[in-house]
Amino acid sequence: MTEQTDRRLPTRVVVLVGIAVALLLAGVVSFYASGSPDGLERVAEEHGLTAAQKEHAAADGPMADYQTRGVDDERISVGLAGIVGSLLVLVVAGGLAYVVRRRDGGASESAESAEQAEQSKALTASDES
Amino acid sequence: MHVPDGFLDAPTSVATGVVAAAGIGLALRGARRELDERTAPMAGLAATFVFAAQMLNFPVGAGTSGHLIGGALVAVLVGPATAVLCMAVVFLVQALLFADGGVTALGTNILVMGLVTVLVGWGVFRLLQLVLPRKLGSVAPAAAVAAVLSVPASALSFVALYAVGGAVSIPLGEFALAMGGVHVLIGLGEAAITALVVGSVLAVRPDLVYGARRVLDRRKLEIRDVEEVRS
Repeated sequence: MTEQTDRRLPTRVVVLVGIAVALLLAGVVSFYASGSPDGLERVAEEHGLTAAQKEHAAADGPMADYQTRGVDDERISVGLAGIVGSLLVLVVAGGLAYVVRRRDGGASESAESAEQAEQSKALTASDES
Repeated sequence: MHVPDGFLDAPTSVATGVVAAAGIGLALRGARRELDERTAPMAGLAATFVFAAQMLNFPVGAGTSGHLIGGALVAVLVGPATAVLCMAVVFLVQALLFADGGVTALGTNILVMGLVTVLVGWGVFRLLQLVLPRKLGSVAPAAAVAAVLSVPASALSFVALYAVGGAVSIPLGEFALAMGGVHVLIGLGEAAITALVVGSVLAVRPDLVYGARRVLDRRKLEIRDVEEVRS
């Protein structure tokens, strides 16, 4: 239906707005996230599991625990970690999707039905001639 | 629900790593069927959104919080195979850069929060699509139900792993009940966020929602029929 293709938001806009929202969430809203232990941590604590927990191999990393080393301001520390992480995930996941994608420019179902349409065209053409 | 190092013993951790790797291998092949020029950007976006949303813990009761896992959401947006890849990237970055989720527990986290949520989420979603009316309006609610079930499923899959190779001996019935219970609550949050995000994309570009293809394909057939009748 032409009206749908004419008036719809371009993919580029949807994706960019989505990324902007994600960056806002990771960069700003994350500061306000609940600091309580999550479900697993809480239950683990209650059942004495925390004793088994080993120190993380990357615990000394510059952004361990979403705190940026060398940045004193709590908000900026978390926000920066959030933004850096989001962009890294975007590049890696986006890059992976880009590499894996099919290049024929259509969903596999429509590619099949396009083939079928061509086949039936060829058949009717040979009937006529 | 990021599992730290040391909760599961070494053999179990290695086993989850093997399963996770196998899952990723299968996902790489399946993702090719799901992704094309038009939809590939959505995968990057979905993964980024999940990473950001996982930072936003919300309270679910006295002194406990939860966060979106996102497996069901991403599966509905970009397809299950692509979803597995997106989730795996998120967990990888979290473990290596932010020490969120153990490095030796990476396989466990990918399995429990990536594979299980995507499989359960997508499975429930597809089952619901079979019984619900074939309209766009059914997609977000189906995704929400899929999401709410995927979270306790994920939690209980960890309990099952713990039963096999947990480091510290604990009463498993209680553990299952506690984990299942709190993660049902967290699942409600997951459902709300999933419905909101899926609904938003459906409102502007339903063709970019993998889970809506079934509805949109039927629409194309109906339009074709009408055009043939007219001509």
